[in-house]
Amino acid sequence: MISGNEERDNENLEINLLIRAVKEKYGYDFSGYSRASLKRRIKKSLSESDADSISSMIHRIIYEKEYFHNLLLNLSINVTEMFRDPGFFRSIRDEVIPVLAELASIRIWHAGCSTGEEVYSMAILLKEAGIYNKCQIFATDFNQVVLEKAKEGILPIGNLKESTRNYQKSGGRGSFADWYTARYDFAVMKSVLRKNILFADHNLVSDEVFSQVDLVMCRNVLIYFDRPLQNRVFKLFSNSLSHGGFLAIGSKETIHFSSITDEFEKFSTKQKIFRKKI
Amino acid sequence: MKDRHFSCVVIGVSAGGLNALTVIFHGLSADFPIPVVVVQHEKSDSEDLLAELLNYKTDLCVKTAEEKDTIEGGVIYICPANYHLLIEENRTLSLSVDPRVNHARPSIDVLFETAVSAYGKELIAVILTGASSDGSTGLRQVMDNDGYAIVQDPATAYSRIMPEAAIKACRFPDEIVPLEEVSARLNDLCRKGYSL
Ligand SMILES: C[S@@+](CC[C@H](N)C(=O)[O-])C[C@H]1O[C@@H](n2cnc3c(N)ncnc32)[C@H](O)[C@@H]1O
Repeated sequence: MISGNEERDNENLEINLLIRAVKEKYGYDFSGYSRASLKRRIKKSLSESDADSISSMIHRIIYEKEYFHNLLLNLSINVTEMFRDPGFFRSIRDEVIPVLAELASIRIWHAGCSTGEEVYSMAILLKEAGIYNKCQIFATDFNQVVLEKAKEGILPIGNLKESTRNYQKSGGRGSFADWYTARYDFAVMKSVLRKNILFADHNLVSDEVFSQVDLVMCRNVLIYFDRPLQNRVFKLFSNSLSHGGFLAIGSKETIHFSSITDEFEKFSTKQKIFRKKI
Repeated sequence: MKDRHFSCVVIGVSAGGLNALTVIFHGLSADFPIPVVVVQHEKSDSEDLLAELLNYKTDLCVKTAEEKDTIEGGVIYICPANYHLLIEENRTLSLSVDPRVNHARPSIDVLFETAVSAYGKELIAVILTGASSDGSTGLRQVMDNDGYAIVQDPATAYSRIMPEAAIKACRFPDEIVPLEEVSARLNDLCRKGYSL
């Protein structure tokens, strides 16, 4: 009989091998991701597929691209919403945008943009502030499936009520309905919002910096990374930002334990918005 | 009789939670040696005031859980609203925005399942009042891995649905106790050299 501990160790061994196979075969490196959540998602994929063990998943990952791509979808958590944490967007609207408005041109990078809700929320703020036309927005994710959805700018109709409420809570004074066209069971974000957004595949684990960015927004992505990986990504952001540029992260994320803390100062009292020192 | 050594308590609670947690935390001894990690279902936009409120009710330190906190004895960690709370095998905390589980985020099952991986038979898991069945699957896993399962006596629960679902899922939890006695049981179980 094998003990509970041995069973757990065996499972961890299988998971390590799976991570290694994914990395060597497809180049996606999950070794720096928080393990408990990753393990849950691998086991969830296992229960949804007809593989009977993590080891047999590895075989299919190696031999079936399609199987891997489904797994990848499960491993990247894409939960997002329009104006998620309205208080955060209120700070962007009231505190950050007035500073950005002073610049001749503005570059913004959304890292881990998922299906685009965060980027479109931002685009609405920029439109309403009248500075959209001088903005170049980069929206990146390492998952091509969500990027395609982001490009389409489609919102499920069921989310509209919540989105409208969030829009208002974030200080929106116009009508949220002006920014989308409602169809039968979905809504499409207006194409004027998309005009200056460039959607691109970018992996925070392995890809390089952007240059001279004025605002980096990366929310609810770092929470999935261990400290060394967080540190790598923070350095990437710091190197991408121009002096005086802003770094906005999720409400439960922190830069305190990273090597870039000294390069930044707290900008907002309530929100996780930091400013690169000049 | 065998000596049991416990290293962590996880608690899952929903409707009626503030009162139930107040009663329990008030009763935990000031030198309670091991960590307590709590998932309480909350409205998703509520601020994290729970930890602050509960801090006044106990001699132990109560804090809102933060990602990568090292779990320490004598500290009570409360899950923030709208995030799942997970325990890593190296006994640190993680938060995630994974989809809801059992319509809930945080989900008690997520906390319990990951706590089992981290603590195995050194885990005590407690299901309290609530109007959902979240936590039943997790509690079952705690028992399957020789952890210790306690369920609040449904007769003493503000809402009996959750404790009843938990009892049904594990058939024979180690203990079914009235709310007022939960803390005394925890104090006993975690006393050094206590034998079952
Ligand atoms: C929970 S979503 C956050 C979406 C949005 N930023 C928000 O807060 O609503 C996390 C996103 O990060 C992406 N992601 C995870 N690991 C990544 C990596 N290594 N590089 C780029 N994107 C990543 C996932 O694909 C997913 O779309």
